[in-house]
Amino acid sequence: MIIKVLGPGCANCQNLERATRAAVADLGLDATIEKVTDYAAIAGYGVMSTPGLVVDDQVVLTGRVPTVAQVRELLAAATGRA
Amino acid sequence: MSVVHPATGTGTSNRRLMATLLLAAAAWVLAYAVNGRIWDAVLTGALGLDREDRVTESVHFFLYDTVKIALLLAGIIFLVTFGRSYLSVERTRALLGGRREGVGNVLAAGLGVVTPFCSCSAVPAFIGFVSAGVPIGVTLSFLIASPLVNEVAIGLLVSMFGVRIALLYVAAGLVVAVVAGWTMGRLGVQRWVEPFVFETRLHGQVIDPSLGLTFQQRVQIAAQEVRTILRKIWPYLLVGIALGAVIHGWAPQDLFTRYAGAGNPLAVLVAVAIGVPLYSNAAGIMPLVQALHEKGLPMGTLLAFMMSVVALSLPELILLRRVLKPPLLAAFVAVTATGIVAVGYLFNAVLG
Repeated sequence: MIIKVLGPGCANCQNLERATRAAVADLGLDATIEKVTDYAAIAGYGVMSTPGLVVDDQVVLTGRVPTVAQVRELLAAATGRA
Repeated sequence: MSVVHPATGTGTSNRRLMATLLLAAAAWVLAYAVNGRIWDAVLTGALGLDREDRVTESVHFFLYDTVKIALLLAGIIFLVTFGRSYLSVERTRALLGGRREGVGNVLAAGLGVVTPFCSCSAVPAFIGFVSAGVPIGVTLSFLIASPLVNEVAIGLLVSMFGVRIALLYVAAGLVVAVVAGWTMGRLGVQRWVEPFVFETRLHGQVIDPSLGLTFQQRVQIAAQEVRTILRKIWPYLLVGIALGAVIHGWAPQDLFTRYAGAGNPLAVLVAVAIGVPLYSNAAGIMPLVQALHEKGLPMGTLLAFMMSVVALSLPELILLRRVLKPPLLAAFVAVTATGIVAVGYLFNAVLG
């Protein structure tokens, strides 16, 4: 599983990355977490409000920082889909 | 695919949430009501200080203002964020797509006020708007209005100067955003936008963050936003209030009026020239504006100063430089600043 955290590096993006790492650890997933800071790449995903979360090239969340529990659910849903 | 929702609130947890909200509202009203009296009691009663003394007066001003502004901000941010959770940049873009300039600029400025938007998203939003066919001038109207007419500024203006001044500020901010965006659209600015903006191909599915949220989640988001914003702005706020307190207690009555009073025709220009490079936010600048107003500075000059601080800042320009070439960036600053100066003179004439 490849997880991408989209955001230029503002506080929200760091919070999202932290929540994502915690959720991945909780679920014991085998996932790589990448940060995407390039604006063209971020916009390319159709994301207009950062931060954004992309799981296996699918945008699953934009525009807010979720709780760890919410990220867990998003990741669990994405795992079930794969 | 949609955002996964946690279990929808059951009856009991919704009732508990409503009870918490009611309690919080009651605590807020109580704290707001006793704020001034508490500091009176602490300073003059418990510590035995003299209210006529300058230091005491400044300390009282500082304590009272800090609590008052923090309470107001928390309340306003909570309500506005809750309301805005029903809107999103994605929805705004859909509304703006295919609009012509003129009408589009007006709509964009209005939406800029109500759409939840963080200036750190200015660049992806710019790309997203332009690649969806929103004209550049219309996009710029949105980007100008969004920071200029924000809930923090409006809330503080209402509390310090009343509804009339706040409405004037909102109207002025919208006019500046509409006219500045429209003007830049007329300049044929297409060639001054970095080419990668037009080359960006959108893939992936757009998710509207305003959809699929429960009432509880919206409350949660609003409470979180209050924490985030207060944590971000408290240093500005404290510096602003401290400066305000010093001016309140020490600055001679005629110090500012002599140089920037109604008698000086250049005052608005100077205020905007000082305000543009200054970087603060509405919360930090407002206590200063209030103290200067007490010292007799005209409202138009002060509102222009405030707008220039809030609307134009170096960090924002550095962000926008990623998508705008220097000539357009310069036009952005020049046109917006000109609009603000015009508004300042207009207000001084109308309110004078």
